[in-house]
Amino acid sequence: MSMPSLLTFTPWPAVSAAILIVVLVAALYFARNTAHQAIQAAAGALARGLRVASHSVIRSLERLAARNREVLLAAGREAKERVVEREFARVADTVRKDLAGYPDMHRRLSEAIQRIEEDQEKAAEVPPEAPGWAQAVKAVANLDARNTGAEILSDIHKSMVKAHAEAMDDYRKASSERHALLRRMMPDWRMIRQALGHVHKSVESVIGRSQTIDRHMEEYEAIVRGEDRAQSVLSSSSIVYFFISALVLAIATAGTAVNFTLIARPMAEMVGGTNFIGAYRTADIAALVIIMVEISMGLFLMESLRITRLFPVIGALSDKIRVRMVIITFLILLLMASIEAGLAYMREVLLLDEMATNALLRGDNAGSLVNTHLWITTAAQMGMGFVLPFALVFVAIPLETFVHSLRTVVGLIGIAVLQAVALGLRLLGNCARHLGGLACRLYDLPLFVPLWIEARMQDRARNGSTSASVPEETAVWKEAQT
Amino acid sequence: MKRTLLLFGITVALQACSPPQARNTGVYLLVDTSGSYNRQITKAEQITLYALTRLQSADSIAVARIDTGSFTEKDIIAKATFDDRPSTANAQKRAFASRVEKFIDQSPAAPYTDITGGLLQAIEFLNEKHTARKEILILSDMKEELAKGYVRNIPLDFKGFDVVALNVTKLRSDNFDPRLYLTRLDEWRGKVEKGGGHWRVINDLDHLDGLL
Repeated sequence: MSMPSLLTFTPWPAVSAAILIVVLVAALYFARNTAHQAIQAAAGALARGLRVASHSVIRSLERLAARNREVLLAAGREAKERVVEREFARVADTVRKDLAGYPDMHRRLSEAIQRIEEDQEKAAEVPPEAPGWAQAVKAVANLDARNTGAEILSDIHKSMVKAHAEAMDDYRKASSERHALLRRMMPDWRMIRQALGHVHKSVESVIGRSQTIDRHMEEYEAIVRGEDRAQSVLSSSSIVYFFISALVLAIATAGTAVNFTLIARPMAEMVGGTNFIGAYRTADIAALVIIMVEISMGLFLMESLRITRLFPVIGALSDKIRVRMVIITFLILLLMASIEAGLAYMREVLLLDEMATNALLRGDNAGSLVNTHLWITTAAQMGMGFVLPFALVFVAIPLETFVHSLRTVVGLIGIAVLQAVALGLRLLGNCARHLGGLACRLYDLPLFVPLWIEARMQDRARNGSTSASVPEETAVWKEAQT
Repeated sequence: MKRTLLLFGITVALQACSPPQARNTGVYLLVDTSGSYNRQITKAEQITLYALTRLQSADSIAVARIDTGSFTEKDIIAKATFDDRPSTANAQKRAFASRVEKFIDQSPAAPYTDITGGLLQAIEFLNEKHTARKEILILSDMKEELAKGYVRNIPLDFKGFDVVALNVTKLRSDNFDPRLYLTRLDEWRGKVEKGGGHWRVINDLDHLDGLL
């Protein structure tokens, strides 16, 4: 039924419209309570549903946070164990190296000390003999005979001078021997000083390492205890590692692209330039496969060398098999690098051939000109073709860091997303509740006339009941007084 | 997860095993050797060389002349399907260019112009090659003159073909009445489009960029 037809049940459309409005308002007024209840119930149900969903998301968030924490702490624990293990290995190396030479050093020190003691004893200064001539000279001087005493004194003097000269010679000789002995001590002292210096250095190194181990052990214990600080440190470290490794991987990807460009064209000579697998040229796929195989070999090489730990199976192999794996993967890499160098050379040859053909087809003679420095680019391409596979080997290190830190970063992103979802659901729940109230008010808006009348009637009824109750109260009061 | 991976693997395997979709191009150049157009024949070399620079491995090309009776393999001057390997394809291109050059130096003038016969031969050649893209280039004034006894009012199937008329020169009569020229081109356009093909005219040979 259309609007114009609705307005034709009386001859006057305005009257029809007025009657319709009155009927509509009356119907809405009578259905008001039920409508309000329906709106409130719907809004309440929606709000409760959203709140329940929000609680559910928060519980998931807590579970994810706990899981993330576990993963983070486990990764941190593992990393710390590796660091502490490495430090202990270094200390063991230092101690083993120094202790291995210790008996020899001890013997040398003892011998040197013994030699020094002996030399020192020998170098002790012998006191000069006491002069024995003084009393004899005095006695001879007191003799009466004049000439005889003078002669005797003269002989004594001569003897004394001679004895003095001899004593001086002996003294000089003894001093010289003592100095020689002292000089001989010098290398021993030097050797002792060097040995003790070496010991001091070793001890300091061990002390330094032990301090580092102490620090790492403290951090390890904090991780084992699951302290919040340890978690936050690990979390921030993971994010830093993630971005750094992502940057290095991006650089490696650029290197891969360069490598791909070097070998894609000559691969067309090997597998044909017009074969396709799906939407991609077989030659391109073959070039990509070669690069991927090189990267895989690099991963295995790094695993075999125990630089990375992406594959526990390789890490758990016996040393003999690991060494064999290292040799085999290295040889495969060498082979691949040589193939790439050859392909890079082939690329240059093909490029020249194509340039010459195009020049011929264009009708210019520029293509026939020979560039004498072309060997530089050829050599550079071959060099790049040979070096890039080996450079890509080191992708394994940032890849391992990226994989490990990715778990944490994804967990953190998940937590952030869940937090946002929980907040959004809570907000939506509150909005639904308030929208219910707003819908009730909007429902009442066209009913302002009957509602106003209702309010007036209620006021009047209240006033009437109040005025009726006042005389009753007065009568009761009077009765009470009497 | 496993099911998804399995489905992905099956899809990739099926794609790899499915017959390869053709991506190559086939070009058939018809060169008018009639008396009225013989002076323009040197331009055939320019167009051939341009086409050779644009074509890749697995593409096909043929150059044929339009003479009195063109619906014959004898009129094909040179034809080649380039090898998979780029180096061999380059060698083929050089040999092809040399053959076309030799033909242009020695081409005799034909008394009649059987364009329809040449087109029929081109359609047959390119259909045999099963190329994804089929281009018929016509270097002619598009004035067909058939010798007595040659029947050429037959419908042509140009479905999937691009027909490009190159360097369509004006005849002396066209200068007197340009409607003749326009009518001639319209007739050819109608014939090609009626056969399901796409028709183009390029008169400026210095700007062949959009040709292939």
